[in-house]
Amino acid sequence: MKTESVLEKVLASGELAVTGECGPPRGALPDVVKEKAALLKGYVDAVNVTDNQTAMVRMSSFAASVFLRQMDLHPVFQMVTRDRNRLAMQGDIIGAYSHGINTMLCLSGDHPKFGDHAMAANVHDLDSMQLIQTVRGMRDKGLFQGGAEIKNPPKMFIGAAANPFADPFELRVARLAKKVKAGVDFVQTQCIYNIDKFETWMQGIRDRGLHEQVYIMAGITPMKSAGMARYMKNKVPGMDVPDELVKRMAGVPKDKQAQEGIDICIESIERLRQIEGVSGFHIMAIEWEEKVPEIVKRAGLYPRPQV
Amino acid sequence: MITAERKPLDEIMESIDGCGRILLVGCNECVTVCAAGGRKEVALLASALQMASMKKGRTLDIRELTLERQCDPEYVEELTPHIDQVDAVVSMACGCGVQEVARRFKKTHVYPALNTKFMGASEGPGIWAERCQGCGDCLLGLTGGICPIARCAKRLMNGPCGGSTNGKCEISNDVDCAWHLIWERMKELGIEDRYEDVIAAKDWRTGRGGGPRKILREDLV
Repeated sequence: MKTESVLEKVLASGELAVTGECGPPRGALPDVVKEKAALLKGYVDAVNVTDNQTAMVRMSSFAASVFLRQMDLHPVFQMVTRDRNRLAMQGDIIGAYSHGINTMLCLSGDHPKFGDHAMAANVHDLDSMQLIQTVRGMRDKGLFQGGAEIKNPPKMFIGAAANPFADPFELRVARLAKKVKAGVDFVQTQCIYNIDKFETWMQGIRDRGLHEQVYIMAGITPMKSAGMARYMKNKVPGMDVPDELVKRMAGVPKDKQAQEGIDICIESIERLRQIEGVSGFHIMAIEWEEKVPEIVKRAGLYPRPQV
Repeated sequence: MITAERKPLDEIMESIDGCGRILLVGCNECVTVCAAGGRKEVALLASALQMASMKKGRTLDIRELTLERQCDPEYVEELTPHIDQVDAVVSMACGCGVQEVARRFKKTHVYPALNTKFMGASEGPGIWAERCQGCGDCLLGLTGGICPIARCAKRLMNGPCGGSTNGKCEISNDVDCAWHLIWERMKELGIEDRYEDVIAAKDWRTGRGGGPRKILREDLV
């Protein structure tokens, strides 16, 4: 084991791991964090805490992650390279580790254009690949990125994102290989709706033996409505929603669409768990956290292993 | 070259409010090539300022002059005979030219008529696009001759983000994904395998991170 991370322990045990997501609120509302987190407790191994997601200011991932730790949940502390330079990021990594946070996700972050601070400077002192390298260097060499020694280095289990659906598709296996080379331990994928394409990507991953070097968690997002399906298909960059799925959602009455979305989600998990190299699921039920227990139970992923 | 665009007329008018006589100075270098501040644009702006002043019932005396290179002290010296006869200089050079005029003539107001944009190249008639951010440590040799620092919206140095779609950047269909271009070029050159070499964190001291930069060539001093 590289770390004390519960997520690492579950993944190493060979059981399918499950992570959820908690998006912090746009205000000093600790109860909102706690309520969302409470819905996930017992149903997931770790909870991603997003970092100013969609480039909107929210309670920091660090602060919200600390609330989760206080509830004895295991946060996956997300960090985007968009908002801070390497001094600030490394400072937060030490700070987070000091609060018992030992799992993180290294991301570049959405462009400010998509949020409500389009006028903000995007920092990108490091990119996500270089952040992975930095966190690994802090853990394995005990050194800051600048080369100085760290007293009690943070031992982070290092995650990253992988999007098998973005272009150029043929580069996407190489991109994961590069993240592995940089030192990533696990990846969570973009929401998977086009399972055929995901299987093609996974074939490429297995051909290079990458699934034996990095844990791959399949990203799942239940759709609430046909409108959401259409939005994800047409408006979200790097998202691949096949027409059949949009049709299927639109084919049921409005009041049944949410249930249809959950059913699709369960069917997807059923199919994805058969794919060699899939080590778990990252369930991103955006502002729909209360559905996670149902999904986890129906998918046969409950109870969660005690490690 | 350095590219620029003219400021809105109202903004220029506002900056010279109260001036009766101005010296409007163009530059024969980059801003001439990108049709923002050469002799022709000086003449056009002079007429526009005249008309705008007349509409307000004011008279404005404008002297027009276009220097060979406004960022070069040798040429800026040519303004000396005029400078005491005007209330202000309006510069149609890039920011380097504006500052050179301000440095030389300490008691004269200098107002910019252009917004300096970026170091770029022409992509066709009337189109210029950013190519270089002057990071001071060129990595084009590693990226197939396409700069991810200048041309990726997130200046990612190790590949495309998850928002790259059909060769376009997630921020706009009008912007090419730099890493898509790099990948295509690497394939053409038969060096795709080099993509997986991680480009390490950059030392920004050679760029703006190290403070204002200066080149000192001992052999030329």
